Amino acid sequence: MIVENEKIPFDINAIRAEFPVLKQKIYGKDLIYFDNGATSQKPQVVLDAINKYYSQENSNIHRGVHHLSQVATSHYEEARTIIQKYINAPLQEEVLFNSGTTAGINMVAFCFGELLTEGDEIVISAMEHHSNIVPWQMLCERKKCILKVIPMTKKGELEMDVFDNLLSNKTKLVAVSHISNSLGTINPIEEIIEKAHDIGAKVLIDGAQSIQHMKVDVQALDCDFYAFSGHKVFGPTGVGVLYGKKEILDSMPPYQGGGDMISKVTFEKTTYNTLPHKFEAGTPHIAGGICLGTAIEYLSKLDIDAIQKHEYELAQYAEQELLNIDGLRIIGTAKNKTSVVSFVIEGIHPFDIGTLLDKQGIAVRTGHHCTQPVMSFFEIPGTIRASFAFYNTKNEIDIFIKAVNRSLEMLR
Amino acid sequence: MTLEEKQIQIVEEFGIFDDWMDKYEYIIELGKELPIIEEADKSDDKLIEGCQSRVWLDSSMEGDKMKFVADSDAIITKGIIGLLIRVMNNETPKTIATADLHFIADIGLQEHLSPTRANGLASMVQKLKMSALKAI
Repeated sequence: MIVENEKIPFDINAIRAEFPVLKQKIYGKDLIYFDNGATSQKPQVVLDAINKYYSQENSNIHRGVHHLSQVATSHYEEARTIIQKYINAPLQEEVLFNSGTTAGINMVAFCFGELLTEGDEIVISAMEHHSNIVPWQMLCERKKCILKVIPMTKKGELEMDVFDNLLSNKTKLVAVSHISNSLGTINPIEEIIEKAHDIGAKVLIDGAQSIQHMKVDVQALDCDFYAFSGHKVFGPTGVGVLYGKKEILDSMPPYQGGGDMISKVTFEKTTYNTLPHKFEAGTPHIAGGICLGTAIEYLSKLDIDAIQKHEYELAQYAEQELLNIDGLRIIGTAKNKTSVVSFVIEGIHPFDIGTLLDKQGIAVRTGHHCTQPVMSFFEIPGTIRASFAFYNTKNEIDIFIKAVNRSLEMLR
Repeated sequence: MTLEEKQIQIVEEFGIFDDWMDKYEYIIELGKELPIIEEADKSDDKLIEGCQSRVWLDSSMEGDKMKFVADSDAIITKGIIGLLIRVMNNETPKTIATADLHFIADIGLQEHLSPTRANGLASMVQKLKMSALKAI
């Protein structure tokens, strides 16, 4: 369990030693992993927890009378509590396990969407990941609702004065990302939440890119929903969390039917289980949930302020060094940014750079990053994106810059 | 030279490189040399949309042999296309349709032909073989 104020001082070498994958060589070169926006690496403590679960505790949860089932159930529910405390959710049952951010958003789009009627409006932003666009489009088609989009500037900042005008008494939900995955912009979600609440709309925050970089307090934010993925926060793939306010979750119909989500089933009528089980039909990703708890516990012991500072310095340093390269343009120059650096180089296809960096042991992402509207807005086919985590170093950035230059010599 | 002999020749050419970057340097040179499809001729029916890079492919018959021209917006993709076309050009539709393109794996570039690579190359090979099948 979390012991408050027991923080481990930020020591980059000690931290790197926790991540076995970083010791690898790729094509004979030391791995430099700059694709943290896509997924994060896992510390040893999480790997050990996965191994321990499957070798000592594997059992189905919630219904078993036997010892293993009780152990697994209690660890699964403890993980929920760890996550509840980390995001400062008021109640344990407001923390719903699912398969990831996408699942969380789709669940809200379906179940909260059931409460909407024709002509109701949903507001998203111009920099959303496809996962926070398509579920709302599907909902709008299903319920004849209207989707509105907060535009952004060429810097990659939301046009907040336009947002004010988009809000009306028809707005039922505002769904925005905390941090843009392709631009790195940290959106002013406090202001968005407050303004949306002023007109009676609910707010969903796509936290896929934020919780690994900063402290998230759902009560301080006062968001109605907050979704994130386990694998981006040093936990396993295939597990994620949706936080939702109890009174809203209670008002929503269930998502999928199945085991665990019922109270009583007859052929005539079924009554549903209480939160969180109402939204957790079927056997969940038990190992995933438990080990996400381990990952969050690991994160909670680190000094998040020091992490944020380190990551900010990495991004600043990378941008400064990259801008020395002829024809290079940073995409996403918002004032308030996280450790994501997206760029394009004149006359060079991002795929070529990505391929050559890979052969030099460097993992970046190239392409549209599941944000095709963002790429259309900037009139580019895609970007090269370096996204940093706290285990990355300035030395790695130096090697990366040299590798970009070497690639350019070959391509130009 | 048969299709198989062309494959063996390419594998030998790549045999002199023991470094990945040298291999790619060579692929990039091949990409730069490849005759391109003029912008005006890059119609949608020739386009193979990859998630990352895009590929254009056109085929025609000369006697009983097939001819291909192709292009891509990414130079590495273009270089690999150059290799594929070198092997497939001037062959009969039947030879192309049944060709086992082992040289790609032999020179260590199989990742580029994986359907998940999203560079359009896997779809290009499929389209190339389909056009050969239609011509049989």
